[in-house]
Amino acid sequence: MMPELGKYAGAVLGSYAATAVLIAGLVGLTLWQSVRMKRALAEAEARLGDK
Amino acid sequence: MSIWEYANPKKFMALSAGALPWTVGLTVLLLATGLVWGFFFTPDDYRQGSTVKIIYLHVPAAMMAINAWIMMLVTSLIWIIRRHHVSALAAKAAAPVGLTFTLVALVTGALWGQPMWGTWWAWDPRLTSFLILTLFYLGYIALWAAIEDPDTAADLTSILCLVGSVFALLSRYAVNFWNQGLHQGASLSLDKQENVADVFWLPLVVSIAGFILLFFTMVLLRTRTEIRSRRLKALLARERVA
Repeated sequence: MMPELGKYAGAVLGSYAATAVLIAGLVGLTLWQSVRMKRALAEAEARLGDK
Repeated sequence: MSIWEYANPKKFMALSAGALPWTVGLTVLLLATGLVWGFFFTPDDYRQGSTVKIIYLHVPAAMMAINAWIMMLVTSLIWIIRRHHVSALAAKAAAPVGLTFTLVALVTGALWGQPMWGTWWAWDPRLTSFLILTLFYLGYIALWAAIEDPDTAADLTSILCLVGSVFALLSRYAVNFWNQGLHQGASLSLDKQENVADVFWLPLVVSIAGFILLFFTMVLLRTRTEIRSRRLKALLARERVA
């Protein structure tokens, strides 16, 4: 199943790994910030009776 | 109905909440299809060998790095002209996404360049303008973080965005302006002679569509977070006054 990458395996696999790390970092950070902000806003709205 | 109605934060939140499940699903589907197709089911290039598989990451990321800045330019102009807060927040939300794509393009470009050109980096017009674009992204994000008043931050970052647009366009057209350097011309062109071979072209187009949707999804999510953050600040300010 795995294609034969020959002498360029390092460059090709390195590119996919680096991209996966960078994109996963962006997605993870975005989701974490979203959840944190949603919770903080819900708490503030509940405290102030504001919806 | 006017398009400006969506500049209303409540309308934007309602519309984006309905759109997000679809954009997430389509992003996963297109990225998985394009990358699996490109990685597992396309042949090696007769000159570049298996390194041609990097094209499915490098080209979409580089395209979106530039297009993200263009989107920030448009939303910044809307902020400057019409003072719609959602547009300023959308520009702010897009910057980390654009920066990530720029880093992906630079890293995959270096990894591709080393075996093909014999060097990780060259002070080639396209590479250099891309590096400057990266610095503009960092400066833009830092400027938003450095200024307390959100309207002042939006004003100043919009001006920075206008200036940075020169380098975004240079990154796109550097190869045409200065017909020199190591970097080849566009991989996708309206001129069929200049395009990559058909066997690479289709999965590349699917990957590009996946990257476009990834950008769109991330910007929607991040803009929603920015709108919530703005509302939280307003509530806390009201609490302090009361």
